Amino acid sequence: MRKLLVVLMIVGLLSVGFAGKIGLSVSTLNNPFFVELKNGAEQKAAELGAEISVVDARDNPAKQLNDIQDLIQKGVDILIINPTDSDAIVTAIEDANNAGIPVITVDRGANGGEVLVHIASDNVAGGVMAAEFLAEKISFKGKVVELVGIPGTSAARDRGKGFETKLEDYPDIELVAKQSANFNRAEGLRVMENILQAHPDIDAVFAQNDGMALGAVEALRAAGKLDQVVVVGFDAIDDAVKAVEDGEMAGTIAQQPALMGSLAVEKAFNYLETGSVYIPVDLKVVK
Amino acid sequence: MNKIMRGFLVFLRRNPALVGIIGVTIALSIITDSFLSVYNIINVFRQTSIMAIMGFGMTMVIISGGIDLSVGSVLALSAGVSASVLSGGYAFLGILVALVVGAAAGAFNGFMITKGKLQPFIVTLATMAIARSLTLGYMQGMPISRFPDSFTFIGRGTVAGIPMPIIILLSIFILSFYILKKTRLGLYIYSIGGNEEATKLSGINVDKYKIYVYVISGVFAAVSGMILAGRLNSAQPTFGTGYELDAIATVVLGGASLKGGKGTVYGTLFGALLLGIIKNGMNLMGVSPFYQDAVKGAIILIAVLMERKE
Repeated sequence: MRKLLVVLMIVGLLSVGFAGKIGLSVSTLNNPFFVELKNGAEQKAAELGAEISVVDARDNPAKQLNDIQDLIQKGVDILIINPTDSDAIVTAIEDANNAGIPVITVDRGANGGEVLVHIASDNVAGGVMAAEFLAEKISFKGKVVELVGIPGTSAARDRGKGFETKLEDYPDIELVAKQSANFNRAEGLRVMENILQAHPDIDAVFAQNDGMALGAVEALRAAGKLDQVVVVGFDAIDDAVKAVEDGEMAGTIAQQPALMGSLAVEKAFNYLETGSVYIPVDLKVVK
Repeated sequence: MNKIMRGFLVFLRRNPALVGIIGVTIALSIITDSFLSVYNIINVFRQTSIMAIMGFGMTMVIISGGIDLSVGSVLALSAGVSASVLSGGYAFLGILVALVVGAAAGAFNGFMITKGKLQPFIVTLATMAIARSLTLGYMQGMPISRFPDSFTFIGRGTVAGIPMPIIILLSIFILSFYILKKTRLGLYIYSIGGNEEATKLSGINVDKYKIYVYVISGVFAAVSGMILAGRLNSAQPTFGTGYELDAIATVVLGGASLKGGKGTVYGTLFGALLLGIIKNGMNLMGVSPFYQDAVKGAIILIAVLMERKE
């Protein structure tokens, strides 16, 4: 019986497939935003007839370095990297540079190494946009809560910076609480529940991603406050767009992750074909 | 000759992870053309070093009949605290600070387990939470980056073409092997795991040696943290999340018993290498990231199933 089990499992393992050419290292696939980015990239690759291998760093810079070294060993022709951290990614990019493999970064940038082109959304501008939208919704007056993403990530820093800076332009709006829920829906629910205990009379919530916003929606619904509180998210994932349509959320800042992934593959493909990138400057995808 | 062959077969039977390594290596060499190269083998060893070093500490803890769930968080705390010293340009002091933090966390675990008479699972679970929280608080959630070259050498440098992480891995391996095979501490670790009461009754200060074991585990976690920080030239507050489970997996793959009294460091090295090769192989083959953990889990089950009950 033991032997049969072993054989069955080995056969199962050998039946998994493999591919090559373009290497895509994603920061995490535990977040629909990056899953959409990956899907956009894969769709474009299929359209162009390019092979693509995807690796998932699980928000772990050490795993990402290992993944990228593996892709280099595998002999990919070009790397598309969505860094988990702008500093920690530098070693990996230098390794790729040394191996003569061109690098394109997506979403988060890198603070060093040679990068062909960076395809990003402007998170600071997105934060400003969220503040403007939210302020208008509550008639420029009231108490606001901010749910912060994973501390230390550039998305959390930049979105927070844009939002908080813009909020200072509205003297009658007060930021009464600012807590981290790690870009996570379950934590968004828990943190919002706790905040509601301390501040039952809030007017609006800005969550730095849609996952946390949707968690907050559940907390507000349970507290019977969903009608009175304006919720603004970030990323425009499918669930959030639906929540906006249903009137549960006021709005979400659209970032078009699928487009970012698709553009990255297009640029990679063009570079491999022609040896040049025709947009030499940073491309902003903000909506 | 026959005797050597038979000895080798017995060794293979006792080390299912080694059988796994041989099997997976042959399979990957056939399936991919990039697996079997000197560069990739060095690559796998370098990637494995962090997990293996934590695994060596975990091996001693598990042989002694305990468990250490705090290693991932202790890795992060020691890397985080030392990073603030390192970024000031003090490489040697930074390493010292990391080792002291690791040892202190280990001593805390050992003290609570022996003097507090608490279950290792619960104590180290608590330490895991405390150390992670202290790391986030100390670093204020932000990564600390850019260390002196004399420090990043630990993670990125090479001596005679061999990467430093591999040299450190082998040094710690020899040290661990020596401790378990040649010292009184090693003897007592097996004896405590085999029968703690009997060991105590024979007049051995069991508490003292148990504390040593957790200190070693903490220090090895700190060493892993140094390699990680050196490789990335950055310390992250999220370092080492979930590493405790991989470390336990490497030890169990290596043939140790979670009941204590049984296990070897070379078995753990095989276990770590097997997991490393699988991760590397899946990336080379382009296995969908969604299913990579399923493959990892299946391999662990296969190896444990192959291990004969004695």
